Amino acid sequence: MDMDVGRIIGDYRRIALYGVDALIEDKKNVYANTVSSDLTEDLIREREEISDQIAALNELKVMATKYGFDISRPAKNSIEAVQWTYFGYLGAIKEQNGAAMSLGRTSTFLDIYFERDLKNGNITEKEVQEIMDHFVMKLRLVRFLRTPEYDELFSGDPVWVTESIGGMGIDGRTLVTKNSFRMLHTLTTLGPAPEPNLTVLWSTRLPQGFKDYCAEMSIKTSSIQYENDDLMREYWGDDYGIACCVSAMRIGKQMQFFGARCNLAKTLLYAINGGRDEITGKQVSPKFAPITSEYLDYDEVMEKFDNMMEWIARVYINALNIIHYMHDKYCYEALEMALHDREKDILRTMACGIAGLSVVADSLSAIKYAKVKVIRDETGLAKDFEVEGDFPKYGNDDDRVDSIAVDVQKRFMNKLRKQKTYRNSKPTMSILTITSNVVYGKNTGNTPDGREAGAPFGPGANPIHGRDVNGALAVLNTIAKLPYKHSEDGISYTFAITPATLGKSEKERVNNLTSMLDGYFAQLSHHINVNVFDRSLLLDAMDHPEKYPQLTIRVSGYAVNFVKLTREQQLDVINRTIHEKF
Amino acid sequence: MDKNLEETLNIHSFESLGTVDGPGLRFIVFLQGCNLKCKFCHNRDTWEIKNSGTPYSISDIIKKINRFSTYIRASNGGVTVSGGEPLIQAENLTILFKKLHDMQIHTALDTSGSFVITDKIKELLKYTDLVLLDIKHIDEKKAINLTGVSNKNELNFAKYLSDNNIPVWIRQVLIPGYTDDEEDLKKLKQFISTLSNVERVEILPYHDYGKFKWEELGIKYELDDVKPPSQEQIDKAKEILGI
Repeated sequence: MDMDVGRIIGDYRRIALYGVDALIEDKKNVYANTVSSDLTEDLIREREEISDQIAALNELKVMATKYGFDISRPAKNSIEAVQWTYFGYLGAIKEQNGAAMSLGRTSTFLDIYFERDLKNGNITEKEVQEIMDHFVMKLRLVRFLRTPEYDELFSGDPVWVTESIGGMGIDGRTLVTKNSFRMLHTLTTLGPAPEPNLTVLWSTRLPQGFKDYCAEMSIKTSSIQYENDDLMREYWGDDYGIACCVSAMRIGKQMQFFGARCNLAKTLLYAINGGRDEITGKQVSPKFAPITSEYLDYDEVMEKFDNMMEWIARVYINALNIIHYMHDKYCYEALEMALHDREKDILRTMACGIAGLSVVADSLSAIKYAKVKVIRDETGLAKDFEVEGDFPKYGNDDDRVDSIAVDVQKRFMNKLRKQKTYRNSKPTMSILTITSNVVYGKNTGNTPDGREAGAPFGPGANPIHGRDVNGALAVLNTIAKLPYKHSEDGISYTFAITPATLGKSEKERVNNLTSMLDGYFAQLSHHINVNVFDRSLLLDAMDHPEKYPQLTIRVSGYAVNFVKLTREQQLDVINRTIHEKF
Repeated sequence: MDKNLEETLNIHSFESLGTVDGPGLRFIVFLQGCNLKCKFCHNRDTWEIKNSGTPYSISDIIKKINRFSTYIRASNGGVTVSGGEPLIQAENLTILFKKLHDMQIHTALDTSGSFVITDKIKELLKYTDLVLLDIKHIDEKKAINLTGVSNKNELNFAKYLSDNNIPVWIRQVLIPGYTDDEEDLKKLKQFISTLSNVERVEILPYHDYGKFKWEELGIKYELDDVKPPSQEQIDKAKEILGI
């Protein structure tokens, strides 16, 4: 498991809006009100935490003073509003060396200040863009401030400074403002970069001009991810933000204990082997009865898999409970939590995750619809499988197998729901791996779907590389079947396409991409990463196909997948399909 | 249910994200079976008419298409039927297109038009919103060499579409040494200028992505020595065609 600890978004806007002194005052009032109650363990902890929060706010003021600013009072104008907001974020990342420290939903908030200054003639549009550019430059610099230990763990690059842009208000107004455009425009003024992690909250009701602009920037830079605002608004209202990649939370009202993920493909192999590891042969779980038949029987496998999921869910949550208890005790996120509401109004989630969903779905489909023969070593350990016959594969909009994926998702979530969690946090689950699908795959033996030991899993909710044969929209339809209510921490899908495959002219490409997003999100799907390839990415994809699943290439009237082509042909496709006008 | 919808089409494969074979996002149905033997074919595996492909009932195909209607409608896209050669299954294809028209979904037909225009084909064209017409070669002799049949039928087909005001995208696969002769391209331009229904003229640069399919079937690929056209060759052809 990879381990960062908190996905927390401080509401950095509060510093600009109220000034730090007002925030301290409020925390002091809350503290004073705790005195009359019985001093339970929870309350003692709360009081200690409030004290820590007040100390952190005071330190933040000191930090800003060193830069020559007095943030004890609210921001007076737009430049101060940006500066104050940034100070909040800077203080937080100085205090916590965490990954996935996201910014929140600041663009439209800042637009209010910019509009006032523009209206009063205090600033020009050019200056406003420059301020936003500088803001983004600072956010991009964060990764250079990380410690060597952090860089080793995360290869230096990602810090997930996620900024959530757009969406609709619950009153029906759009939350897209000029500053939403300006934030995306930094991809042009500064050039594309992975940070900040620009996340567009997509609604089918977003203004068409904004949709088109997003699609245009996606095609040019591949630097935007999209999440379904029409879906999340129902859960989280209209002032939520995305933490890290896909985790939605009400800003200043909610935090999560992050829990990496559970390798469900390995869990399935443990079920078959009675809890012995398929690679080492060691007994890892308590001894369960292994499957001993020559051919796998679907009902028997499901029963044993269910039991193994029950066991692993408990081990998983126990581990997370220890981690987060200790983290709160020794490394409490005082400043980020100081920028939250009062303790009684905070929702904490225990954000679990799963890896290998598509491997499990295909494996179970093979067992159900084809015949899977087990090949065991001399100790009786199932080391390999032979699949006889064809079977429906996840990622082709085929209910026979997609329903298996949904069943597994729901079952595991229900196991998590039964556990006792630290601070009574609400268990949630993501289907997200970022890049760890490669590592999970490396450490997982042969699986009953015919996947070879060590081969990468599909990332997040993606199908296994090369198994989708009905085109990209069929994959989108499969992903859209996974219900968000059983994965409130997010369902991630990564999509890659060449520009020419999106359409012949730029106008067609924009129209097709916005229509794809509308069609996908109208089905209540959750997330999509859109990569529109440039030449260097494509070349990398040829060497590392596992990193670029579902690479979609189309030529007029041609019926086959890119992955089937020879290397030479792939190169030719690249030369032909990439339009390097940008 | 309409009994007609139980009729079947012999299918090679489906593609859910078509963006280059007609306007908008398109669901593409590749039909099995072809009447030509084009040397440059990139879907060699779609030729066999008998004992090949998978039969799907029209109602099952409609069900599949319905799963993509949100994308189709959002993009003003539709359904494109390609192949293989769709006109071989014109009768049952008419049932599909008729039904799609009932559903107000745009229909496109990707064909060589190398057929005598029968009543069945006329009926199908009544429900066809766009024809992607692949002119194999404007010169008859060269057409026979390239595809095994004369181009008379397909040129007549183009004229029929024009006379009946059915929108068409004319496509010419550009194969160096085969279809890139300047005089031929001029003749093609001249021919296109006699048609009144052409919405678009496209050059499709020859590629060999389908070569491995010939090899998989153990059949010799005759254009082994032909290289895809260079950008200059493509630009030149476009210039001659005035596109």
